Amino acid sequence: MKRRYVLLLPCLAFVLVAIKPSPSEDEQYQVRRKRMVKAIEADVKFTSKRIGKKALGGQVMEAMGKVPRHMFVPAHLRRSAYENRPLPIGHGQTISQPYIVALMTDLLDVDEDDVVLEIGTGSGYQAAILAELVEKVYTIEIVRELGEQAKGRLKHLGYQNVEVRVGDGYYGWEEHAPFDGIIVTAAASHIPPPLTKQLKPGGGMIIPVGSPFMTQQLMLVKKEKDGTIKTKQVLPVIFVPLTGGH
Amino acid sequence: MLVGYAIFLISAGVIGYEILLMRLLSVIQWYHFAYMIISLALLGFGASGTFITLAQRWLIPRFHLSFTVSAVLFGLTSVCNFVLAQRIPFNPLEILWDRSQLLYLLVLYVLLSVPFFCAATCIGLAFARFKDQINRIYRFDLLGAGTGALALILLLFAFPPTTCLKLLVALGFFAAALMSLNHPLPRSRWLAVAVFSCGLVLPLAWPDVWLSIRISDYKGLSLALRVPDTAVLSQHSSPLGLLTVVRSPKIPFRYAPGLSLNYFLEPPPQLGIFTDGDSLSPITRYEGKREPLAYLDYLSSALPYHVLKQPKVLVLGAGGGTDVLMSLYHQAKSIDAVELNPQIIDLIKQVHGEFAGNLYQREGVRVHAAEARGFVAGSSERYDLIHISLLDSFSASASGGYALNETYLYTVEALEEYLHHLQPGGLLAITRWLKMPPRDGLKLFATAVTALEKSGVDSPGRQVVMIRSWKTTTLLVKNGEFTEEEILAVGTFCEARSFDVAYYPGIRAMEANRYNVLEKPYLYEGAMALTGEKRNDFLKRYKFHITPATDDRPYFFHFFKWGTLPEIFSLKGRGGLPLLEWTYPILIVTFLLAVLTSFVLILLPLWTLRRNGSSRGDRNRIALYFLSLGLAFLFIEIAFIQKFILFLSHPLYAVAVVLCAFLVFAGFGSGYSSRWAQRFQQFHVRKEGMPILLVAIGIVTIALSYVILLPPLFHRWMALPDGLKIPISIALIAPLAFCMGMPFPLGLSRVATAMPDFIPWAWGVNGYASVLSAILATILAIHFGFTVVIGTALILYFLAALALWRPLG
Repeated sequence: MKRRYVLLLPCLAFVLVAIKPSPSEDEQYQVRRKRMVKAIEADVKFTSKRIGKKALGGQVMEAMGKVPRHMFVPAHLRRSAYENRPLPIGHGQTISQPYIVALMTDLLDVDEDDVVLEIGTGSGYQAAILAELVEKVYTIEIVRELGEQAKGRLKHLGYQNVEVRVGDGYYGWEEHAPFDGIIVTAAASHIPPPLTKQLKPGGGMIIPVGSPFMTQQLMLVKKEKDGTIKTKQVLPVIFVPLTGGH
Repeated sequence: MLVGYAIFLISAGVIGYEILLMRLLSVIQWYHFAYMIISLALLGFGASGTFITLAQRWLIPRFHLSFTVSAVLFGLTSVCNFVLAQRIPFNPLEILWDRSQLLYLLVLYVLLSVPFFCAATCIGLAFARFKDQINRIYRFDLLGAGTGALALILLLFAFPPTTCLKLLVALGFFAAALMSLNHPLPRSRWLAVAVFSCGLVLPLAWPDVWLSIRISDYKGLSLALRVPDTAVLSQHSSPLGLLTVVRSPKIPFRYAPGLSLNYFLEPPPQLGIFTDGDSLSPITRYEGKREPLAYLDYLSSALPYHVLKQPKVLVLGAGGGTDVLMSLYHQAKSIDAVELNPQIIDLIKQVHGEFAGNLYQREGVRVHAAEARGFVAGSSERYDLIHISLLDSFSASASGGYALNETYLYTVEALEEYLHHLQPGGLLAITRWLKMPPRDGLKLFATAVTALEKSGVDSPGRQVVMIRSWKTTTLLVKNGEFTEEEILAVGTFCEARSFDVAYYPGIRAMEANRYNVLEKPYLYEGAMALTGEKRNDFLKRYKFHITPATDDRPYFFHFFKWGTLPEIFSLKGRGGLPLLEWTYPILIVTFLLAVLTSFVLILLPLWTLRRNGSSRGDRNRIALYFLSLGLAFLFIEIAFIQKFILFLSHPLYAVAVVLCAFLVFAGFGSGYSSRWAQRFQQFHVRKEGMPILLVAIGIVTIALSYVILLPPLFHRWMALPDGLKIPISIALIAPLAFCMGMPFPLGLSRVATAMPDFIPWAWGVNGYASVLSAILATILAIHFGFTVVIGTALILYFLAALALWRPLG
């Protein structure tokens, strides 16, 4: 009899484990998101010399920790959504590495009452991050399917302050200009002149340069208060090209 | 000898398959991935040797059946497996991020290697079955390969690669039909007719849709076609590439790389020409008016036109005509434009002539369909300006995709040649993409300094100027020292466009980083070091390989240094991966994988072969002999193709002529080899290894004399017309190739006499060696140059001769 109870113990343990509420899918994603933010913070600390600050803006990191990145990637890639890597989103486009997204957003140096323009909506993730930080985000996508999907996704997630348009980003969005900041994530052989015109004096434009899955450098365009344009190349990584040249 | 003709067809088919795969994969993915995928897929060749060795007791008594089935399978799988391979979601760009890509890659290798396996099984079976006719079989094999290579290159001018792929089905079935005629079955003729008919019908019945090329989503053409209302106007295929002309009326191309931020107007409408689905070269609408072309004056490449007035210009790599338009805008006195691909010229002249404003027919513009370097070498003209523009795509260039491409456009000797064709005071202007930290720009600068020194200039730093936009660098090299007035013009040009001056003689540090601010003025610092006494130290300490390329090591785009690899990998999560010039390390990984696979598959059949009482020493000698031959034959072939590219002034002519001549004359050599061996028997020479040793001595003598004599001879004959250069090349290759065709059948015949079970094994070893050879030749050439590749091959021929000096068995 006693032996029988002993045999029952493992079964009981199994049942207890089985009925113990496992973390919901959302909770799991939240844990992963936190981990991702920590990874970015660690990377930023490591790269602090290059980007000229010890940490990225607290609000940027908060936004990175809040926006559900898994909702912006194709369903079959959701498990990898919070890895610090770029992911394909179809139509030959990618969602950037989270570290690069955070860095670009921080370099844009936006305030909560700013109006920002994005060229190249893609999945809408960058727009969502910006929407957490600024008053209004206008974003233009050239590929209809991507634009429509991003529009639906952002609406579903409750982002009221993002407006998506499908069309040509070359001319910017004249009706809502000038902008405090512009992000051009669509590849272009040159910087469209209308965009520099639509940038507010004191505003900044950021353009990642490179091939898909690989952001080589970030081009920062700054419109001074007097209207003059200055550009700067930021390498998103500490790398001194000469050995012993620190 | 029906089997001979069947082998001829199979060999023609398999070389055709290899060339077609390279073409198709270059369109679907990128050239460097194509190279790597095919390198490993070729292992199928060696694997056939392993397979036949293991199964020879079953296969050889059923030779006709085995051969027929293998030939049919070759035909079928060459098309079917390509169709399946296109359905694998392999994305090479993700390979460093996503491990599942490695699995896809493996499946791709296996699928694409099957046709090589089937074809090589046919040939290996024939060697094992007809032991007394090895030289004849090898002759048919080589003649087939030579004819196939030439025929396919010609066919690619007339048909797209996918249509050519269907012809391989026919070749496989025709070879099988020939074998069926010899079949011991009672109604073998009917079988032959049935198989032959299948070969005729299948290629015609194959739906084109199944074979349509699925270009990577991340290539320029795929991205362009996602833009609303874009349409493909026309497609033109040739062995030089697949050209696709695209119109995008709603959202124009507006291609103007690195355009100054101080220019506020939009470029005129453009059509896009994509080569192999990438590398956009625009055709710009031109109606004879200057004003719409003003944007061209705001590119960094316009600099030379502000230093020279109305120059006589030579544009190398004219493409869609942007640089010709730039010359016209600046009222050049005359323009010679050189473009490699005649189909591109035809597009601008005929197909879209009206849109392009009949640019290439305008007064003062002369267009030449030629290879740039060869054109300059063969020309007696002198120019005020030689202009070389951006010929490659930024994204492929940025990821190091061209690292394995031999290019003779940017070598030290090339720059010397250009300088010799400049008028006194003339300029050479070269524009490249700006990568961070700089690679191309600094390597080009170092090349220019070296070329000037070699031309006898004491202070090369006084004859170079370099500027940068935010995306491009433009280097000017002058035939003479820059004057103060010219330097002033450079400054004015840059200031008006917010471009930075990276270097000019007498530059001050504060001038080098004003508009497009870098963390440090890398180009300026590099240029100062390269023109100063610390050049070698700088080249050594710089984390990318920027030592100038030469004609013997023509790898301008090879920037990788092993020492930098650990640092880059440690920065993977921090945006550091794009710093990795990863084509070269992947080449090394490919080589190691090939060595490992070959090693295992070579050793595997020895378990069965050991039982027949062969000695270990003999096995090792056979392995050494066929390994050496496999490596050496391709080493010499590859190295001489490169040597002849410069002489024939065209990569395509060189590949077609050299490859075909090598294989065909080697075939004749193979045919003669048995008589050569018999002569030694007639004269009672007892040393069995003597025929091979003498052939090896012949190869070494001819090849060495070519290494010494060809450069001055080529230089002298450079200006001869192609009609003479091609027969001269064939005549030069003939004796060398004839000798090179003999060692394989001589050695295999000896194996056939002493240890016949080892024939397929020897064939396999030779196959593996050929695969390794192609990769190893590139690695050796990158590090030591093609002359060392030839030298290594000659040592290997001697090693081979020594391996079989003593009798076997």
